[in-house]
Amino acid sequence: MAKTGYAWPSREKSRLLGKSHDRIDGLVKATGEAKYTYDVNLKNQLIVKCLSAPFGHLRITKLDTAPAKEIPGVVEVLVFPHAGVGKEIQWDGELLVAVAAESESAAREGVQAIRFDYEKLDVFTNEEDLEAAKAAGRTMRTRSSEPTTEREPGDDDDEDEFYEAEFKRLFDQCDVVVEGFYGIPVITHCCLEPHGSTLEYKDGKLRVYLSTQNVSGTDDGFAKALEMGADQVEVICQYIGGGFGSKFSPGYWGIAAARLAKSTGRPIKFMLDRDQELKIAGNRPSGYIKVRLGADKNGEIKVWDSHQWGTSGYRGGGVSDRVVPYVIQAPSRRVRATPIKVNAMQAAAWRAPNHPQACVMTQCALDDLAARLGISSLDVFLRNVKHISSRQKQEVYAAELKRAAELIDWKSKWHPHGKGPAKGSVVEGLGIALHTWGGTANNSECRLRIYPDGGVESFCGTQDLGTGTRTVCALVLAETFGLNVEDVRVNIGDSKYPPSGASGGSTTVGAVCESHRRAAQDALARLFETVAPKLSAKPDELEVGVGCIRVKGKPDRSLSWREACALLGLKPLEVTASHKRGAASPLSDEGVGGVQIAHVAVDRDTGVVRMKQFVAVQDMGLIVNRKTATSQVHGAVIMGIAYALFEERILDPSTGQFVNAELADYKLPRIGDVGEIVVDLYEPEDQRARGVIGLGEPPVISPGAAISNAVCNALGVRVPVLPLTPKRVLDAIRQANGRG
Amino acid sequence: MKDPGKSSGMHFHRRAFLQGSGAVAAATAISGGAAEAASRASRLVRSKTQITLHVNGSDHQVAVEPRDTLLDVLRYQLDLTAAKPVSSDGSSGASTVLVDGKPMTASTLLAIACRGKKIETCESVSSHHPDRICRTFVKHDSLQCGFCTPGFVVAVRAFLKRHPDATREQIRQGLNGNLCRCGTYADMIEAVVDLVKGGGNG
Repeated sequence: MAKTGYAWPSREKSRLLGKSHDRIDGLVKATGEAKYTYDVNLKNQLIVKCLSAPFGHLRITKLDTAPAKEIPGVVEVLVFPHAGVGKEIQWDGELLVAVAAESESAAREGVQAIRFDYEKLDVFTNEEDLEAAKAAGRTMRTRSSEPTTEREPGDDDDEDEFYEAEFKRLFDQCDVVVEGFYGIPVITHCCLEPHGSTLEYKDGKLRVYLSTQNVSGTDDGFAKALEMGADQVEVICQYIGGGFGSKFSPGYWGIAAARLAKSTGRPIKFMLDRDQELKIAGNRPSGYIKVRLGADKNGEIKVWDSHQWGTSGYRGGGVSDRVVPYVIQAPSRRVRATPIKVNAMQAAAWRAPNHPQACVMTQCALDDLAARLGISSLDVFLRNVKHISSRQKQEVYAAELKRAAELIDWKSKWHPHGKGPAKGSVVEGLGIALHTWGGTANNSECRLRIYPDGGVESFCGTQDLGTGTRTVCALVLAETFGLNVEDVRVNIGDSKYPPSGASGGSTTVGAVCESHRRAAQDALARLFETVAPKLSAKPDELEVGVGCIRVKGKPDRSLSWREACALLGLKPLEVTASHKRGAASPLSDEGVGGVQIAHVAVDRDTGVVRMKQFVAVQDMGLIVNRKTATSQVHGAVIMGIAYALFEERILDPSTGQFVNAELADYKLPRIGDVGEIVVDLYEPEDQRARGVIGLGEPPVISPGAAISNAVCNALGVRVPVLPLTPKRVLDAIRQANGRG
Repeated sequence: MKDPGKSSGMHFHRRAFLQGSGAVAAATAISGGAAEAASRASRLVRSKTQITLHVNGSDHQVAVEPRDTLLDVLRYQLDLTAAKPVSSDGSSGASTVLVDGKPMTASTLLAIACRGKKIETCESVSSHHPDRICRTFVKHDSLQCGFCTPGFVVAVRAFLKRHPDATREQIRQGLNGNLCRCGTYADMIEAVVDLVKGGGNG
């Protein structure tokens, strides 16, 4: 058999790729037929509800579960291993006891019957205040990256003294030095479908309906906990109600559900309550930063010196110092980072980990430089393209900056910071930010069958988070075989299928495109061998047409797809193909850029910020499905508007309680809050030629900085900490007026 | 026969009551003696009543406890899971159903209060026989993970009945009761604009 040369068809020859297609599971979702983990009702199932910690830091002094067992309908009570009498709990919301009952109501009543008491311990939550954290003994050792400077310390130099002198010298050489403070607090993943599972243990086998981004990688966790073989565990997730980086593992609640299923012999449904979901099931680290930025009079940056702090929860953490400064690198720079420990659940990966915060912490300073110089921030960004350090090319960023500026009509709308015309108390402004992301193709294996009746079916243990993965798989197969999307059947979302990587880091579209295109090209090559004699041709003389296989250049010598497949005889043709993460491939690549510009209106009297327009220019290699690619960017921008203007975790400083852990209080944008969003998918030939690159994360990175910069451009005042709530806006205006 | 649930005539909305503690507190206030009251309240909320619910055009006999929400009964007894439990206080709109044509959140309605009412869930249509709203949502890709989508679809059904000629601004104002985390609002607005123009009828 001839070795297959894997490749994508050219733009001209692509019948389906790059066009707009409806998602194949759209109607099932829109009509409510789609069964999510929460929706799977197993016969005779028990429902679990939990007692959770009511205080930010406590020691359990009493825990009597006997009264819960007396409640009619309660079948089993499980105390979590971390929650016995004498145990210390470090954050509000931690699950302590699980009650399994015949109904939700009975389970809740059981939880309320538990006799529980605790000793309050000291609480610390003030992550924004580095000095307060130091005084409370909640800081960890400050990390310093090796400074990059023009001169190097000599062997005899004291390094600290040398760098102090060197940075003083470098700043002294600058025409302008800007000092700033910026911050971005903790937000949560807030998946609308909470974390959890519906599962059953039967005949030594565990079948788990799990709300997961990791269908192929979670069976092990269950197997180990229950001391059984991973092959005895099946994890299923056809539909998931949001993950955003927080749903990679079974979770200790998942393990508890499995134990309860085993001990009761009944199926278990264990989904977190809303407040538990916000408190313990995933959050994003906070970042606060003090920056000194030196530049020349044209806005070209020369020196960066920063100290950042923040938290990922009770173990410290915070935003990685490795991505600060973000994308635009001053030639000389020094970065320090101090992690702070607070009484809160540890963070989880949140869509583009570290990048959105680093973008705010860097590019707000760049915008303040433009404000100081009284020049356009577009000019400052363009002037610093030469300092971009990214896996995307500098010239792509330059082109994207220009496209974004055209789309928002920068020329006619821009004014110097704080100098725009006011309509009553309302002023408008523009702000820019740019970003990068990897988006490499994850591991993926696809088993593909072509049936003698012409049917095509694939099996792959990937998952569709709502990004349109299922549809992408179908498009790749249909394109390769000259078929329509509805002619192929795609099976995903089951750990019994060939393994595919977790959906994290925008790695899924590349992964499934790799495995499905490879499998399809391999299968087609074998089908050509079968069909060639019938068409009196050699296999390499054949090609696919629409619904047929034909001899190249001789359209009259062809067989319909069905006729061709009938030649397979009785048995289906089956192939398996895979891609290994990191392996060089003509089908996929990594490293994208993107530029975004926000246009906002700010009411100086009320402090309310309204989105007017938002432009997102994004490259992503080759576009598979234009419709869902555009949706990904829309969604990412809206999630960005959410953390720029609305959402934050609020911990009560004296109790450590997460006081806004309900959706009425945890503010998210509604349909009327997002303004107009303009998406420009940047796909010139040289970008398309790179193959498929992930798109989920990158467009969520820039909105925070772009919107903050737009508000600063409108007001002439920096509102230093996100989200830009009316209170923060008014406080910043008041403070600026007080100074002036 | 006297219907035991009917005499209450109450329209319960309190989350605390739904979750049990409210009932205990209320009973305590009436009789004093916390333990005895708790026990009585507990018996009260647990006693099951046979009622008929009229859902998506047909009658369903269900046994409900006074504390059962409409959402509980739809999801666990009728296996109608399009309405979702996202927020217990209705602030997400994910459990939106039509009750006598009005959009209401099933998570904040007690099932016994829904006797004699016409309840319509998202599942009144199916993927094989979708309505124009579902088709238009798909056309504009107004959904991603899809968990909030049925609530939005029902909200849009109600919205278009009241505002068949809605402007873009009215759409932005009128669908603020529902929440989406994936960020499908931009595409949802386009779908509703299309529906106002008569889209999805073909």
